[in-house]
Amino acid sequence: MLIPRRDIEFQVFEVVEAEALCARERYAAHDRATLDEVLGSARRLAEERFLPYAALTDVHEPELVDGRVRIAPEARVALRELGEAGFIAAPFDAEVGGLQVPQVVNQACNALFASAHVGFHGYSMLTQGVANVIRVFGSDEQRRRYLPGLLEGRFFGTMCLSEPHAGSSLADIRSRAEPLPGGLYAIRGDKMWISGGEHELSDNIIHLVLAKVPGGPPGVKGISLFIVPRYRVGPDGGLGADNDVRLTGLNHKMGWRGTVNTALAFGPNGECLGERIGEEHRGLASMFQLMNEARIGVGVCSVALGYAGYMNALAYARDRLQGRPLGQRDPSTPQVPILRHADVRRMLLAQKSWVEGGLALELYCARLMDDLATARDAGEGARLHGLVELLTPIAKSWPSEFCLEANKLAIQVLGGAGYTRDYPVERLYRDNRLNHIHEGAYGIHGLDLLGRKVPQDGGAALAALAALVRETIAAARSDGSFSQEADQLDQALGGIDAATRRVLGAMAKGEAERALANATVYLEAVGHVVVAWRWLEQARVATRALGTAGAADRAFYEGKQAACRFFFRHELPRVGPQLALVASLDETPLLMPDEGF
Amino acid sequence: MRKILVGVKRVIDYNVRIRVKPDGTGVVTDGVKMSINPFDEIALEEALRMRERGEAAEIIAVCIGPDDAQQQLRTALAMGADRAILVKHDGPVDPLVAARTLHAIAQKESPALVIVGKQAIDDDAAQTGPMLAALWDRPQATFASKVEFKGETLVVTREVDAGLETDEVDLPAVITADLRLNEPRYVKLPDIMKAKKKPLDVTDLASLGVDAGSPAQVVRWEPPAQRQKGVMVKDAAELVDMLKKKGLI
Ligand SMILES: Cc1cc2nc3c(=O)[nH]c(=O)nc-3n(C[C@H](O)[C@H](O)[C@H](O)COP(=O)(O)OP(=O)(O)OC[C@H]3O[C@@H](n4cnc5c(N)ncnc54)[C@H](O)[C@@H]3O)c2cc1C
Repeated sequence: MLIPRRDIEFQVFEVVEAEALCARERYAAHDRATLDEVLGSARRLAEERFLPYAALTDVHEPELVDGRVRIAPEARVALRELGEAGFIAAPFDAEVGGLQVPQVVNQACNALFASAHVGFHGYSMLTQGVANVIRVFGSDEQRRRYLPGLLEGRFFGTMCLSEPHAGSSLADIRSRAEPLPGGLYAIRGDKMWISGGEHELSDNIIHLVLAKVPGGPPGVKGISLFIVPRYRVGPDGGLGADNDVRLTGLNHKMGWRGTVNTALAFGPNGECLGERIGEEHRGLASMFQLMNEARIGVGVCSVALGYAGYMNALAYARDRLQGRPLGQRDPSTPQVPILRHADVRRMLLAQKSWVEGGLALELYCARLMDDLATARDAGEGARLHGLVELLTPIAKSWPSEFCLEANKLAIQVLGGAGYTRDYPVERLYRDNRLNHIHEGAYGIHGLDLLGRKVPQDGGAALAALAALVRETIAAARSDGSFSQEADQLDQALGGIDAATRRVLGAMAKGEAERALANATVYLEAVGHVVVAWRWLEQARVATRALGTAGAADRAFYEGKQAACRFFFRHELPRVGPQLALVASLDETPLLMPDEGF
Repeated sequence: MRKILVGVKRVIDYNVRIRVKPDGTGVVTDGVKMSINPFDEIALEEALRMRERGEAAEIIAVCIGPDDAQQQLRTALAMGADRAILVKHDGPVDPLVAARTLHAIAQKESPALVIVGKQAIDDDAAQTGPMLAALWDRPQATFASKVEFKGETLVVTREVDAGLETDEVDLPAVITADLRLNEPRYVKLPDIMKAKKKPLDVTDLASLGVDAGSPAQVVRWEPPAQRQKGVMVKDAAELVDMLKKKGLI
């Protein structure tokens, strides 16, 4: 089931106020009606072309037939419609063929597609990512050659970072790029885990490949980035000869099976040509600069899958009759829907608070990107960029943990039925499990947040975030209706501050290992505080709207208020002990002898 | 070149579970998603295909409804209609009033063809097309599942109880679209933006000289009776017995 229309509308228009963006020059071609229409069109496509095939492509995963990948033909139809409708091009600049749809709406559409069929959505997510890299770092010639195909969905993209022996540690990749006379490079190397690496869904595949140019510095500083098409592309965008990229195997995955995952050999016959994109040896930096968007995209997928699970669990809980209210012992009385049981309500509220909180987090990040794209001056731009950088590891990771937890509870609500393939909740759980691993594993983002993003620029980004949270706290106190929650949030901010100081102090003393030993716990706690903040904002918007709401909307807004309270009472209290643990610089895992495991 | 008029009704979205107001005066529309009647989408799609084949020059989408119905007309423009007319009218739209309105517009615009959905999914009346043909005194072909121009006539395959029936009608004519006529296209994002610049005229029943009265009167709205609980039968013989007892076979 898809993310419901009412919540998308609430989050996009009432909370992050997408309509207000239309007053800015970049988005002037849009208004509320066009944005509604874009969302409506995404919903219809997701309902009709994505959702009906989610179970099918899970059971019939991609197969290797005569050296080619065979995928359910419905994938090609769905993705062609998606490309032709303009959803891949949506957020891009008009100058390169895009439609300048705000990121808040683009990401809301992505959430709809991902909640319907994350496997199909995977191809368009990757293609948007690759097009974005080429847009920013490509030469004019490269943009002309590759962008139209990518934005129209005739070419799909891949990101080739990982190798069999180098996943989290990209410094150790072995792929090589030898410069050739004339400016091209001969690419050679093995890549592993490449999503969308080989298929017949699009006319061509454009691989972005990390490789080392001989003679460069060791480690990440010696990595460059290359455009390596499956079929060579002429200056006019026409397709040429095969470019010697070979499929060496398919990975058989737990979930997310609608997106083929491959092992690839580049240049096994010495005939694979790549064009360098950006400066030599600056490849990883270029890639990471654009990873923010891709990582927020992964967060959106986590939320969407958790949300789909919640919708299924909710529908089931309303229908399934089982048991009687506590205290009702008379077996001749009718059974009640399980929705009536306190524990089921708790499980549903937990799911609601995680998935709607997660969606609010992602759309807030999307809004920051829209603000960044329209920043008035360099100072504002720097502040916004810092915030996006800081929030990215959270936006990627928090939902991958808690919206996965939502999928777990969705299975629980269905009981035995949830454990069968007759219902989609077990598949949604398996699909979502990936988000904890790819685009940087969970623990790596903990290190990124606490070891890099927080100390960066003298802690400016964390200070900027805290200032924003304090604005909401002050506003909630003056509204009065959520002042207790405001106090609780204030206290949690204090906890972050204390833990951060202790960690940064230890790092300054050169005790990095000890300081960062609990970075993952810190990531989780800060994530909870940020989501609590977004819940407080949602509750404030809902409370204001209740004044004039009709009957149907009343229930919706009251649901938001209740979910906010739930999050503050059942979830936020976790962070106190977590932050105390971080501040204590606990070394238990480090002190454990290897032999003791 | 030919003009085609397409009727686009604003109805409660087919995904919404309909609730009757407790006082029986209508159904709940407060906060409910509204969409183009799905059969009207098919009607519009057919017109668009005719224009794309060069068989028509202009497509005009007409909606009788409240101000908010501009939303549905915008969708129609984004799908590809050239211009739109909103005839303002609050409250339920009676088929006869709709037919009179389309007739008034047809007299002004002189279309070669009017295509409407075979029925609207809110009242399921299936009357607007036939009533329009009668008022306009032009041929009609309802429940169309295939439509082809043959010179200045139209060959229409109709879905009837016995199967398919093929009729040939002179133009101008009224066609009502059935489900199998086509599969409407997805709206393309660039077309959504282009639709903003297309003309959308707003008028009302009085300006068109349309009588808003109707001989039909809605007395009360009621939800259909709750479905009775099923019974398990042990074999086919018992099933046949039961059906006979209920007079169903
Ligand atoms: C379905 C799927 C699709 C993928 N798609 C792509 C793709 O399209 N392109 C691409 O390039 N890659 C892709 N990947 C690869 C993915 O990004 C890697 O799997 C991920 O980066 C982890 O690398 P690894 O598997 O080698 O695990 P490892 O790096 O071996 O990590 C194993 C565990 O050790 C932890 N760990 C490792 N190093 C450290 C450290 N320094 N400090 C603390 N903990 C550490 C990790 O957190 C993890 O829990 C995909 C993976 C999967 C499963």
